[in-house]
Amino acid sequence: MNYLWIILGVIFIALSIAAGLIWVERRLLSVWQDRLGPNRVGPFGLAQVIADTLKLFFKEDWVPPFSDKVVFTIAPGILMVTILLTFAVIPFGPEFCVFDSNIGVLFFLGNSSLGVYSIVLGGWASNNKYSLIGAMRASAQMLTYEVFMGLSLMGVVMMADTFSFSEIVEAQRGGWFILPQFLGFVVFFIAGIAETHRLPFDIPEAEGELIAGYHSEYSGMKFGMFFVGEYLGITLISAIIATMFFGGWLGPSFLPPVFWFLLKTFIFIGVFILLRASLPRPRYDQLMKLGWKLLFPIALLNLLVTGAILIFL
Amino acid sequence: MSSDNSGISDVLIERFGSRAGFVRQETKDGITTLWTEREFIVPVLKYLKTEVPGPFKMLYDLTAIDERARESNPVQPGGDFTVVYHLTSLDRNEDIRLKVPLKENDLAIPTLTGVWESANWYEREVFDMFGIRFDGHPRLARILMPESWKGHPLRKDHHARATEQDPFVLTEQKRDLEDENLRFKPEDHGLARSAEDSDFMFLNIGPQHTGTHGLLRLVVQLNGEDIVNIVPEIGFHHRGAEKMGERQSWHTFIPYTDRIDYLGGVMNNLAYLLSVEKLAGIEVPDRAMVIRVMMSELFRIASHLVWLGTFAQDLGQLSPVFYTFNDRERIFDIVIAITGARMHPSWFRIGGVAHDLPDGWQKLMQDFVNYLPARLREFDKVIIKNRIFKARTVGIGVYTAEEAIEWGLTGSGLRAAGYDWDYRKKRPYSGIDRFDFDIPLGKNGDCYDRAVVRMEEMRQSLRIIQQCIDNMPAGHYKSDHPLVIPPRKEKTMTDIETLITHFVGVSWGPVIPAGEAMVPIEAAKGSNGYYLVSDGSTSSYRSRIRTPSFPHMQMLPFISRGYTIPDLLSILGAMDFVLADLDR
Repeated sequence: MNYLWIILGVIFIALSIAAGLIWVERRLLSVWQDRLGPNRVGPFGLAQVIADTLKLFFKEDWVPPFSDKVVFTIAPGILMVTILLTFAVIPFGPEFCVFDSNIGVLFFLGNSSLGVYSIVLGGWASNNKYSLIGAMRASAQMLTYEVFMGLSLMGVVMMADTFSFSEIVEAQRGGWFILPQFLGFVVFFIAGIAETHRLPFDIPEAEGELIAGYHSEYSGMKFGMFFVGEYLGITLISAIIATMFFGGWLGPSFLPPVFWFLLKTFIFIGVFILLRASLPRPRYDQLMKLGWKLLFPIALLNLLVTGAILIFL
Repeated sequence: MSSDNSGISDVLIERFGSRAGFVRQETKDGITTLWTEREFIVPVLKYLKTEVPGPFKMLYDLTAIDERARESNPVQPGGDFTVVYHLTSLDRNEDIRLKVPLKENDLAIPTLTGVWESANWYEREVFDMFGIRFDGHPRLARILMPESWKGHPLRKDHHARATEQDPFVLTEQKRDLEDENLRFKPEDHGLARSAEDSDFMFLNIGPQHTGTHGLLRLVVQLNGEDIVNIVPEIGFHHRGAEKMGERQSWHTFIPYTDRIDYLGGVMNNLAYLLSVEKLAGIEVPDRAMVIRVMMSELFRIASHLVWLGTFAQDLGQLSPVFYTFNDRERIFDIVIAITGARMHPSWFRIGGVAHDLPDGWQKLMQDFVNYLPARLREFDKVIIKNRIFKARTVGIGVYTAEEAIEWGLTGSGLRAAGYDWDYRKKRPYSGIDRFDFDIPLGKNGDCYDRAVVRMEEMRQSLRIIQQCIDNMPAGHYKSDHPLVIPPRKEKTMTDIETLITHFVGVSWGPVIPAGEAMVPIEAAKGSNGYYLVSDGSTSSYRSRIRTPSFPHMQMLPFISRGYTIPDLLSILGAMDFVLADLDR
C-alpha cells in the first residue's frame, strides 16, 4: 500500500511541477522582461495553468491527412513515457523512491536516449519540411550530447562507486560532488540543456526559423504532451543535477528531506528559465563544434583525472 | 548636387552626337534630365555606368509615367508612356535622369538587366504597373499584383477604387486558380530540382512566417541546410500607395505616406513634403525645419529600436524585444504629447508642421535624451557584445561597398560596408547641415557591422535632438506662402477675392505648379524619395515612391547563397526592411 502512495506521490509531484512550470516560466520571464505576464486568472494568475490545460484538452486534435498517422500519434507518448519512467529511479527523499535501482544512472541515460525517438519520429511522421529539418537537427544534436552526458556523470559514479541514485546521495554526506566534479557538472548542465532542447539550444524548434520545428503539425493534447514533456525534461534534468552534484535530499534536518530536494531542483529550473530569458540561439554547426571540440575533451579529461586520483591517491 | 554645372549632358551629347536625339528638360529639383531614344538608352546608361569619369554606379530608381491624361505637356518628344531611369553617382554626388518616350501601340524597350542586375525587379514592377515589356528580361512576370490580375494598375485608364469595379467574388474555380498560381515551380525561375548526387529541397518560408516580419514569401532552394538560391516573392502587402497619390489632393496624401515605412512615422512625411515644397518653391521657416529634424531623428531612434529588438529575437534572444519596445513607448509618449498620435502622426504639413510645439516639450525631450544613453549601453552589453550574437552575425551576409552600390543599397547597409554616404551630410535637407553629428561607418559589411552602425546612429540622433532642444529657433511653425496658409478668415467677409481663394484652398487644396521634383532623404532604412510629377492641378500626376526596402530585398539571394537557414534569419534581421516599405 505504501508503495502505491509513493508511485502516486512521484507522479503527482512530477506532473504538477511540470504543469506549474507553465505558469512559473511565464511569470519569471515576464519579470525579467519588464512586463507582467499572466496575472488575471485566479490569484496571481495561478489558475492560468488550469485554463491552459483545459484549452489544450478541448482543442481540435488534428492529425494531418498527409502524415504517417500511427507514428504521428505514438511519438508524443514516447517522450512522456521515457521521462516519467526515469522519475521512478529518482530518490525524492530517503525511502521516497519508486524503484531504488542499483543501475539508476544507466536507466536514466538509456531512457533519455529513447526520448530522441519521440522527436525524430514525430518530425518524420509529420511529413512537413520544417518538421523534417527540426527532426534531423534534433537527432544529431541529442545523439551528440548524449555522449558527453553519460561521460560527465561517470566521474560521480566513480567517486560514489555505485550507479544507484540513493547511494550517490548517501555518498555525499561528507560533501557535495559539485566541488570535486565541477567540470562534470558544467558539461552535464550544458548537455542537459541540449537534451531538453531549451533555448539557447532549442535548435530543433528554432521558433524564428522553423516555425516550431519537429512539432509544427501537432495540435491539441498531442502538442500538449510535447509541451509538458519539455517541462518534465527540465524538471528531470534539474532533479538529476540536484541528486548527482548537490547532495539530493541532504540538508539541515529542521525541514523534511523532500523539501531540500525540491528546493534544489527548483533553483536549477529557475536557472533554465533565466538562460532562456537571456541568451540568443547559436547556429546548429556551432553547437556541434562546441560539443565535439570543447565539451567532449573536457568530459574525457575529467574522467581521466578523476580516475587517476581515485587509483593513485 | 545641381547638375548641369558638371556638364554631364554636354559630355553625353558629345559622345553620342545628335543620333541619340537628346532633349534637355528643366526640372524643379535641378537634376539633369535628358530625353533620348529607345535604341540608345542601354548604351547611354552603360556609358554612364562604366566609362564616364565619376561614373554613375547606382541605379537609384527605374519607373514609368503614363502620359496620356496629362493636362499640360512640358518639353517632351510626344509619347504615351515614359520610362524614367534615375542614376546616382556617389563619386560626383550627382544624379541624372534619363527618359524614353514610348508609343501606346509599341510598348517595348530593351532590358537594362545586362548592365545592372538590380534593374530586374524595377523592370518587373514597371511591366506589372504599366504593361511595358522589357525585351530580353530574364523573367518578366508580375511582381506586386497577383498573377491573375487583369490590367495594369498605374495606367490612367485603370480604376483606383474597389467600388469602381464589380464586387469581388471568390468562386471555387478562382480559388483553385489562385492556389495554382502560388504553387512554386522551380523551372519558372531557372532552378534545378536536383544536383548530381542529391535532390534539392524547396522550403517555402512565408508568406506567414515568424522570421519574415510580415507578408513576405521566400522560396529557399536547399541542399541539406545550405542555401543554394532564394526566390523572394513580394507584393502581399501592396496597397497601391502610388495610385492613391494620384487620387488624393497634395495635402490629403500626407497620411498615406506615414504608412509606407510604418516604423518611420513623420520621416515619410518629410520625404514627400520636401518634394512638394521643391515643386511649389515654398520656403520653410527655420523653426519648422528644426522641429522637422527633431521629430525625424526621434523616429529614426524609434525605428532602430524596433529593428534592434526584432533582430535579437530573430537570433533567438527572447527578452530584448520587450526592452526596446518599452523604450519605444517612451518615444511615443513624447510623440503623443507633441502631435497627438503615436505611430502615424501625419503631422508635417506643406510648408511646415501642423501646430507649434506644446509647452513643456523641452522637458519631455530632455528627459528622454538623458535616459536613453544608459539603456543603449545596456543593449550593447546584452545584445551586441554577447558572444553567441557575435557568432551568429560576424562574417555573415558579407558584401563589399561596390556590390552594395551595384544593387542600389543605401542607408546603414551601405555604411556598414565602409562607404561614407549619408544624404544628411551629402545633400543636406531641412537645414540639417547646421547640426553637428558624425556618420558611423562599418568595415566588413557583415550583419554585425550593420548592427554596430545602427547602434551608433541612435547615439548620433540623440546628439541632433539635443542640439534641437538647445537651439530651437523662435518664429513661425509654418511658411506664409499662399499655397500653404489660407487667407485670414475675417478678411474673407469683406473681400470676394479673398473669399474665393480661401474657399478654393480649403475645398480643393493647393494647386501645385506643373513640373517634377524628387528630394531624397536619409530615412531610417535607407534613401527614401518621392518623385512627384505635377501637371498643375490639385493632385499629383504621378507619385513614384522610391523606398529603400525594395532594392535591399532584391539583394537578398545574392548575399545569402552558401549560408544556412539560421544565417538567412540573421541576414533578414540585419537588413531592416518593412514590408509596407517594400510593397508600398
